[in-house]
Amino acid sequence: MTTTSRAVRRKSRPAAPPDPARPFLPTTEQIRLLDPAGTPLPAHPDYPAPPVETLVELYRRMVLGRRFDLQATALTKQGRLAVYPSARGQEACQVGAILALRDEDWVFPTYRESMALTARGIDPVEVLTLLRGDWHCGYDPAVRRTAPQCTPLATQCVHAAGLAYGEAYQGRDTVALAFLGDGATSEGDFHEGVNFAAVFKAPVVYFIQNNEYAISVPLSRQTAAPSLAYKGVGYGVPSERVDGNDPAAVLAVLTRAVAHARAGHGPFLVEAHTYRMEPHTNADDAARYRDADEVASWQDRDPVVRLETYLRDRGALDDTTVARVAAQAEEYAAALRERMHDKPTVDPLTLFDHVYAEPTPQLVEQREQVRAELAADQEGAG
Amino acid sequence: MAGMTMAKALNAALADAMLDDDRVVVFGEDVGQLGGVFRITDGLAARFGDKRCFDTPLAEAGIVGFAVGLAMSGLRPVVELQFDAFGYPAFEQIASHVAKLRNRTRSALTAPIVIRIPYAGGIGGVEHHCDSSEAYYAHTPGLKVVTPATVADAYSLLRSAIDDPDPVIFLEPKKLYFASAEAQLPARTEPFGRAVVRRPGTDATLVAYGPAVPVALAAAEAAQAEGRDLEVVDVRTIVPFDDSTIAASVRKTGRCVVVHEAQGFAGVGAEIAARVQERCFHSLHAPVLRVAGLDIPYPAPMLEHTHLPSVDRVLDTVARLQWDDQPDERWVTVG
Repeated sequence: MTTTSRAVRRKSRPAAPPDPARPFLPTTEQIRLLDPAGTPLPAHPDYPAPPVETLVELYRRMVLGRRFDLQATALTKQGRLAVYPSARGQEACQVGAILALRDEDWVFPTYRESMALTARGIDPVEVLTLLRGDWHCGYDPAVRRTAPQCTPLATQCVHAAGLAYGEAYQGRDTVALAFLGDGATSEGDFHEGVNFAAVFKAPVVYFIQNNEYAISVPLSRQTAAPSLAYKGVGYGVPSERVDGNDPAAVLAVLTRAVAHARAGHGPFLVEAHTYRMEPHTNADDAARYRDADEVASWQDRDPVVRLETYLRDRGALDDTTVARVAAQAEEYAAALRERMHDKPTVDPLTLFDHVYAEPTPQLVEQREQVRAELAADQEGAG
Repeated sequence: MAGMTMAKALNAALADAMLDDDRVVVFGEDVGQLGGVFRITDGLAARFGDKRCFDTPLAEAGIVGFAVGLAMSGLRPVVELQFDAFGYPAFEQIASHVAKLRNRTRSALTAPIVIRIPYAGGIGGVEHHCDSSEAYYAHTPGLKVVTPATVADAYSLLRSAIDDPDPVIFLEPKKLYFASAEAQLPARTEPFGRAVVRRPGTDATLVAYGPAVPVALAAAEAAQAEGRDLEVVDVRTIVPFDDSTIAASVRKTGRCVVVHEAQGFAGVGAEIAARVQERCFHSLHAPVLRVAGLDIPYPAPMLEHTHLPSVDRVLDTVARLQWDDQPDERWVTVG
């Protein structure tokens, strides 16, 4: 009797409304256009493959980026750089993000985005200024539309929201792309940034490179969520997950995310699954927290090899082009080596130049004191 | 205009700045339709539209970080952090980004942001609503730190802050918001970096700022009755700090007491005392003394009067300034 009446009630219940969270949820599988061997997968309904000439350019910049990254690591061993956080293995993300943007869009990089910045055409010596130690930011962020590399985690997520909102407020269709890593998704500023962007419909793409580790701490200690791409739904931000070592997929997903933002639909969040092949920095010992088998398994998913295989199979890349790109990369590295050879000159008196628009009387006093000290040192030396 | 208050003057300063400069945007918690919990932004959203004056999500780091981005896009954000202690979640954004953006980028990017913070006590507020947090900001290079004590200064210093090319922490003494005074707006007073003698005197200098200025002035009046003529200097802008006005006063009077609400240990008063003795050593007849809040977390409302600098405490301290050239045993025998 009871069972029957329950069944009747259940039957009479109106159909559930469509799930309002659905538009914000990522696909259950990572978006992938090329398999790890570089073989194209069936066309994706939402993510058309980027034009082949764009993929060739992506390949070229990835090869240059990887060579830059290796050179920067080598420069730490020679004492030219204080430290270098490598992005080797993340080339598809680093370069794909840049190719998805226009020059007038803004990038908010972290310390791991040196490769992305060189892909943006910023002078590599200026990119490495922070790590060489002669100033904090070597390039002109206003001219390059690229914020200084952020070393506090996730704070740039809020800046990107503000910048994007401010640009839209002033009638410009600029998009801001904020890079962040898996660890940064635990920081409050990530959540505040995404929430502000969503509430104010700011045209921001939050691009999480999930490389599995925050220095030594694995993803399982950052989140219990099924994927970092589920971080968007709570804020009403559409989100997607992508194979971060599939250059074609990264570019396709980010291109759509950027278009969504530029069209005035608000922010978009992308999680790319990738892997940091090197330690956190040259000063880190990754053997203490991950084993060689794990690293080797990612070697098989190398994004540069994957794209090269695909483009060769399509006839878009041949030995000559590959050799030419490799030579370009060597030239690029050689020029960087050469220019990084000499220690930069630094002037202690510039310490007072950029604290305020006009130095305070106290800073003027301190500058005079330093000037006198320097003069005395020189006299002593002479 | 009689019956003008600091709250109205601040409101007028915001409105006039928004009128003069389209780039000025005002935002924070409850600053839109409500007009702010202290009504400092009253009517701005109605007058200038909800794009120029708007409410944000309840997140202080978000508010300040958003302002950094807006400033990068060329706007002039003026944000309100609702109460002193509610500014702490924003501290990383303030210390690592607002204060350093110019320096990190060699002036390619700047942060001409005004962060308004109703601060300090004396209004019977519950915990986390009465902190004097100026020392945290004053200790952070790249920030200017300003706190008005008069109605005219409230207007003028806020206008200067909004026009300033550098970030300004603008600390508004809550207990002075609604005190009525004679003032003609728009008033323009002395620029940033200038302390002002509020009451001339010959026997000792009281250095104060923000909510402590009226206390110092009342103490000077009371001292007059006891036959001592005290000078009162209002610091106005803690950063940039005006050494010369304060040193000139102390060289003249030979004695100095610094008065502020914040707890004394490692406070701004310690810095002022050090600077005064560095510059005025040969003119001093007594050590520089401080009247500050006690070194305790801000107390519950029924106990705050014991914590806050009072006229009596200032007068007692003035009395210890070696008027008979006898060392005060309280500090001679210590240790």
